[in-house]
Amino acid sequence: MELLSGADMLIRSLQDEGIEYIYGYPGGAALHIYDALFRQDKVKHILVRHEQAAVHMADGYARATGKPGTVLVTSGPGATNTITGIATAFMDSIPMVVLCGQVASTLIGEDAFQETDMIGVSRPVVKHNLSVRHPEEIPEVIRKAYYIASTGRPGPVVVDIPKDMTTPNERFEYAFPKKVKLRSYNPAIRGHAGQIKKAVDMLLAARRPIIYAGGGVILGKASDQLTELVRMLGYPITNTLMGIGCYPATDKQHLGWLGMHGTYESNMAMHHSDLILCVGARFDDRVTNATEKFCPGARIVHIDIDPASISKTIDADVPIVGPVDAVLKEMIALVRESKARPDAEALSAWWKQIEEWRAFHGMRYENNPEVIKPQEVIETLWRLTNGDAFVASDVGQHQMFAAQYYKFDKPNRWINSGGLGTMGFGLPAAMGVKLTHPDDEVLCVTGEGSIQMNIQELSTCKQYNLPVKIINLNNQALGMVKQWQDMNYESRHSQSYMESLPDFIKLAEAYGHVGVRIDRKEDLEPKLKEVLAMKDKLVFVDIYVDRFEHVYPMQVARGSMKDMWLSKTERV
Amino acid sequence: MRRIISVLLENEPGALSRVVGLFSQRNYNIETLTVAPTEDSTLSRLTVTTTGSDKVIEQITKQLNKLIEVVKLVDLTEGAHIERELMLVKLKATGSQRAEIKRTVDIFRGQIVDVTSSVYTVQLAGDSDKLDGFIQAVGTAGVLEVVRSGVSGIARGEKVLSL
Repeated sequence: MELLSGADMLIRSLQDEGIEYIYGYPGGAALHIYDALFRQDKVKHILVRHEQAAVHMADGYARATGKPGTVLVTSGPGATNTITGIATAFMDSIPMVVLCGQVASTLIGEDAFQETDMIGVSRPVVKHNLSVRHPEEIPEVIRKAYYIASTGRPGPVVVDIPKDMTTPNERFEYAFPKKVKLRSYNPAIRGHAGQIKKAVDMLLAARRPIIYAGGGVILGKASDQLTELVRMLGYPITNTLMGIGCYPATDKQHLGWLGMHGTYESNMAMHHSDLILCVGARFDDRVTNATEKFCPGARIVHIDIDPASISKTIDADVPIVGPVDAVLKEMIALVRESKARPDAEALSAWWKQIEEWRAFHGMRYENNPEVIKPQEVIETLWRLTNGDAFVASDVGQHQMFAAQYYKFDKPNRWINSGGLGTMGFGLPAAMGVKLTHPDDEVLCVTGEGSIQMNIQELSTCKQYNLPVKIINLNNQALGMVKQWQDMNYESRHSQSYMESLPDFIKLAEAYGHVGVRIDRKEDLEPKLKEVLAMKDKLVFVDIYVDRFEHVYPMQVARGSMKDMWLSKTERV
Repeated sequence: MRRIISVLLENEPGALSRVVGLFSQRNYNIETLTVAPTEDSTLSRLTVTTTGSDKVIEQITKQLNKLIEVVKLVDLTEGAHIERELMLVKLKATGSQRAEIKRTVDIFRGQIVDVTSSVYTVQLAGDSDKLDGFIQAVGTAGVLEVVRSGVSGIARGEKVLSL
């Protein structure tokens, strides 16, 4: 057997795990590991400019590829800087392993230089965390970390590695474990057959059914099964912000997404339905609005890999715990075998009603011949990229506009921080996508607030030649904050203006990239075409959009799903 | 409603802090908590008493089950069970009080485990109500110090919580 140091075992384990990229930043406690990294070329390391960005990059990679991302940082500030990124991944169930250096085990607890209790600090925002106590354990710990991160309901796993576990002159026998055995962790591999049967019977007997799909469909790689079932039944489907792309948005059975800024027809159809089939979603507060007023006439079938997501906020009539792909497959087979068919008359009346709702609002917005509307920027981008780009978004109004007006037909292309709502997520996430999808168009839709939260990564983009297109919807204010202040605080714009915006064009140029400013409506399409034609350049596109625009529809706070503002003046 | 949840936990550093952290993180309530290794040294048995609606209790058990180090758990209050708590209490015991306290201890089937000229230390086991009852009977005025172990519980009959 081969003898390796702890640091070499760590890197070798990553190789054996099939890891292509590590995103990270070196420092004292991680230096043995960085040295081991230097002496091989299988695992590539991407040096970021701030540890938070390393985590978002790994996250973007994971969302686009479905594979777990990997981060490597040092102890203390290196580790604590990853927390926002880890919490972001945790809220959206993104598989990821974060390797953190730690001071030597002999120093732990002595307030040593750059010591932080990372196990304690990260505990509430990880799926699990592990500490290395003997160097020989390293291969097993790494194997376990990836196994836990990527199975069941995925999530981030932190591994804390004291410096003396990676000392170069102490060598141990290396063997990578083939299997992981964890007696206390056994994620469900299939749903309960009786429950599935019951669900299918209810589904076929429903008169006003709707399918409500979430991020779990994308994480569970079940888009094909979902699409097949939905088409087979001919039922309407809506999805959450996290579920965007799980079913083709341009298909006529698709009603758009639901919830706070969802479409009128989705929210109306949910509220008036008699059966909701929830697939891999979690009845989040941004979807349900007031839970006591939620969909009064609907019975609920809820499929989720995580039992704790079921009946947490809204009680399910038929809970099904299991992986969505396996459960949907069984449902498809049962629908096929069943003699029962949906009531054609009821279904056509239901569709007629839905089409009326669809026609009533239809995602209209008030255009203005003078000013560029943020919505039209997204619509133009959608057209120019044939709806086939990866879009990584930051958080705020631009995020909602991107989600509403870019019609995603494929999963894994809409990359956003839905659960935690992390400003600063967009650029590093886009970089993580671009790195592994060099030939695809990768857009970062952002605002002048969010982009400044991780703007230092323009430097990383230069180093690794990551030609993402940054679409800055510049409204010279923290748009979503301002919208809420307009609606709830009589337009008192407390701290929501940025009166000292940098010249983003010069800033992009200072980092060695191209900057393009668009402030006239007639320039929008031609200039965006030019931008997209610069295939090998990172282009920062600073677009001056309507400063007063709000995102609509918007659910009325504490109302039911059907209570919405449709514009600044229309409330239904 | 008050519940007693019994958990088999991997006997590893940090496992307990995950359980305790879960309760505070999700705003659940811990009334008592006991934990010690079992006859299998790789496992700890943890007993927590908590209160909450059925919905909250369901979430507590599901969220506990999600913790990687939780091997198995049972809500003992769902079936017939035995619960015990141990209390050590120091009582002021002078003059005529001494005989009176001794009688009360006997009634509650406790034991006086340490004696000085002015203090009795009493050991008492039972369910939590019985321990409360004892304190009430001797009167809080004479109580110098109380230490309670928190509730431990086990199901009645043949049901076992094991691997």
